[in-house]
Amino acid sequence: MSSDARPRGLRDHQLDDAAGAEALERTWRTPSGWRGFFTTVDHKIIGRRYIVTAFIFLALGGILGLVMRLQLAWPEARYLDPDLYNQIFTMHGSNMMFLFAVPVMEAMGVYLVPLMVGTRNIAFPRLNAFSYWIYLAGGLLLWISFALGMAPDVGWFAYVPLSGPQYGAGKRADIWAQMITFTELSALAVAVEIVVTVLKQRAPGMSLDRMPLFVWTMLVTAFVIILAMPAIMIASTSLILDRLVGTHFFNPAEGGDVLLWQHLFWFFGHPEVYIIFLPAVGMISTILATFSRRPVFGYEPMVLALVGTALLAFGLWVHHMFTTGLPRVAEGFFTASSMAIAVPSGLQIFCWIVTLWYGRPVYRTPLLYVLAFFFTFIIGGMTGVMVASVPLDTQLHDTYFVVAHFHYVLIGGAVFPLLGAVHYWFPKITGRMPSERLGRWSVALTFIGFNLTFFPMHLLGLQGMTRRIYTYQAEMGWGGLNLFVSLSALVLAAGFLVFFVNLGRAARHGEPAGDNPWGAPTLEWATASPPPPYNFAMIPVVRSAHPLWDDEEVLPVASGLRVDRRELLVTRVTDARPEARESSPRNSIWPFWSAVATTIMLISSIFTPWAVVWGAVPIAIALTFWFWPRGMPEEES
Amino acid sequence: MATRRLPPLALLACASATGCSGWQSALDARGSGSRALEALFWPVTAALALVWLAVMLVLAAALLRRRRPVPAQAARRSEIAVWAATLATVLVITVLTVASHLTTRHISRAAADPLVIQVRGYQWWWQVTYPDSDGTGAVVTANEIHLPVGRQVRLELSSADVIHSFWVPSLTGKQDMIPGRDNQLTFVAETPGILRGQCAEFCGLQHAHMALLMVVEPPAEFEAWLAAQRQEAAPPAGPMLRDGQRIFEQRPCGACHRVRGTAAAGEIGPDLTHFASRGTLAAGVLPMTRGAIAAWIADPQTIKPGNNMPLVPLAPDELQAVSAWLASLR
Repeated sequence: MSSDARPRGLRDHQLDDAAGAEALERTWRTPSGWRGFFTTVDHKIIGRRYIVTAFIFLALGGILGLVMRLQLAWPEARYLDPDLYNQIFTMHGSNMMFLFAVPVMEAMGVYLVPLMVGTRNIAFPRLNAFSYWIYLAGGLLLWISFALGMAPDVGWFAYVPLSGPQYGAGKRADIWAQMITFTELSALAVAVEIVVTVLKQRAPGMSLDRMPLFVWTMLVTAFVIILAMPAIMIASTSLILDRLVGTHFFNPAEGGDVLLWQHLFWFFGHPEVYIIFLPAVGMISTILATFSRRPVFGYEPMVLALVGTALLAFGLWVHHMFTTGLPRVAEGFFTASSMAIAVPSGLQIFCWIVTLWYGRPVYRTPLLYVLAFFFTFIIGGMTGVMVASVPLDTQLHDTYFVVAHFHYVLIGGAVFPLLGAVHYWFPKITGRMPSERLGRWSVALTFIGFNLTFFPMHLLGLQGMTRRIYTYQAEMGWGGLNLFVSLSALVLAAGFLVFFVNLGRAARHGEPAGDNPWGAPTLEWATASPPPPYNFAMIPVVRSAHPLWDDEEVLPVASGLRVDRRELLVTRVTDARPEARESSPRNSIWPFWSAVATTIMLISSIFTPWAVVWGAVPIAIALTFWFWPRGMPEEES
Repeated sequence: MATRRLPPLALLACASATGCSGWQSALDARGSGSRALEALFWPVTAALALVWLAVMLVLAAALLRRRRPVPAQAARRSEIAVWAATLATVLVITVLTVASHLTTRHISRAAADPLVIQVRGYQWWWQVTYPDSDGTGAVVTANEIHLPVGRQVRLELSSADVIHSFWVPSLTGKQDMIPGRDNQLTFVAETPGILRGQCAEFCGLQHAHMALLMVVEPPAEFEAWLAAQRQEAAPPAGPMLRDGQRIFEQRPCGACHRVRGTAAAGEIGPDLTHFASRGTLAAGVLPMTRGAIAAWIADPQTIKPGNNMPLVPLAPDELQAVSAWLASLR
């Protein structure tokens, strides 16, 4: 029976369960093969792709870290020349921040938020597809430049004038700046999608105070992205202009200012840390609730702490510039604001501990990762208070102490929760359970390896070892600790290897997971594992913050959505009362071609400003096809 | 560290002895700034370590306690505990903020008549200038700063190219050298000795090899050193040294380096007038010996890849003569 023969406007309640599922499947599915690969707009396929790509970048960046540790294991080692070393540490930082940490957090949101709020696809699904291709292009740009020996060599914050036209030779700094454009473009697109999905597509009844905490963190993160990213886009664009057409934004000889770069960069760069950390907070809350078998204590304080952290995040950027010679008043203000961030963070930690206190902890791998988080992240928080103090920072800034500090915060604070979260949601994404035994090994190895690798770096920094040096002299006395650090890094790497092996094996041979293997309370567990293309056969109706715990037997559902076209429910911002049925776009190849056209324009503009002019033509053509009406049922409304 | 005078031998001895690992350490205070910072560092570290330990203990208790049915007052008790802990956090950070502020005020207190020294960062070395304060002429040297013990010093920091950061952890905290801006550092060196510092802001290829020595001396020795540095280079004694000077002046060496009292008047590289009086060459890369000088001239790009000194081809006897002459510039 062809779809033309079906009556138009068929609704889900007019069919029985099997027929409804079949009709929805036909409407929402992604075709198999290459066509489906390039045209899909399913948030689950794109989210999965995003996550896998980001983890590949994590592995590549980790290998670079190991190569650096090889070079630093002995004084005066000559495995790498300074040029290659500088490229490698720049690649490591840029890759981890822009190609792994931010995208992977957003990717988790892309996959999970629509499921957790009970809708059928993310808002602006074609933009979502576009954002992935743009992200991939930015990553390829950076790594291909590295393979060609022309990778950026100016550090992940690319301070001018070193990255400017006078001192940054070749196209290296341009490649760095344009990679920023790619990743920021994709990050902004995803942020907009998440904001709209969360605010307008929540299941009926999921008022703001019933939203899962993870969804709250993604919403707040998305707003931080929208407010912070423009600063870095202005900065990187100005840098490209300085280099390409000789503007003098950052040239003091022509009235420009070197410190302007640092202000713009860190106005983005500090919130960036929270763009990475806040989603991890959501993951921790989710895992803790499920594995202590009770809701997280203090829902309102948790949400307020999130919002407070996000606001404060914009008032701290100057603490990256404490040694640049600021007025005393500014130093005092930014010391106070930097330390104040400890208050909302502390509040969250206290609420989590109370949750465990009155809960019944079940020690599965995701919870073990969260316990590793507590141990390491709080050390990072303490050293964070130290570097927030201007006088102490003058000794600690730009040394290995700071290297230790931010790895404690980023790996302890974000990567451990992320690994736990991937473990936790893996059964939902693949339908198969990862091995608990290998999971425990990976927790133990990463936790021990991490602390042995990074704790000694605090001491090295205090002993005067500055960061970003490709070697050091034997008489500095840093050799012993550095060798210890390098050997410990192998343990850490082994932990990651076990993690990857575990998930790789489980994806093929894992035990079938069932809908809700962990007994979790949120909506993503109310559908099959892996979820069908349409997520939910009927849109669930939510009556509490923990629908699967409170409505144990049958979840109430809303009906009336059409099954012969992609349709989802739009609800009110505050109380999620249904407002309208809204169509959701079909698959299309044009987001892919638009991304290709944008990539050609952005990369060409590294070489000539005219590329912005002629490069706009293919983009305009691709966008025209993207939006051209095709007589689909989705265009009726 | 017992070295008070500077001969390279003493430095080498120092370098080989393990006891010297503290000569570039934030925890081995030899100056007013570092001492104040160390005095802040330890209590802050102890306080924060205690906080961490307390949180870990409560967490352990939460995990290990015997499970009983949740009491009716649980929510109320938890609320009180969370708010109390949050309040304690506020208290701790308030105390730390005030302590920080007081330390900053203490460190930046300026004396009436400091010794002013200008330090200018270059890729990848330090130019050091003692300005002409009494009409006897300025002294320009490189990669080594001599200081009188016990007198307040004001370093005026600038950069000729990219951002560098001046950091001698045993004396005081770091301060950036930023093109288009003037920064300064004030401190008192409190004990005689030789300290090491190195550039703390990534500044390109040889950021790792941009070190300097601080030689803290009793005031009389410092004055004697300064007077000696004001002199022009001594005329070469003997034919070999004369040859060395001639070759230095005629070959490209003199286009970049200045040696006062000779025809070499370059401005691009370090001033070499009293080159051999310094403890190291190439900004801390090599000890100052005649052999090291010859090795450096023969192949600067292998010793410090990417630095701005080109290889000047010299015949073996020319190399001998030039390095002998340079080694005589005390």
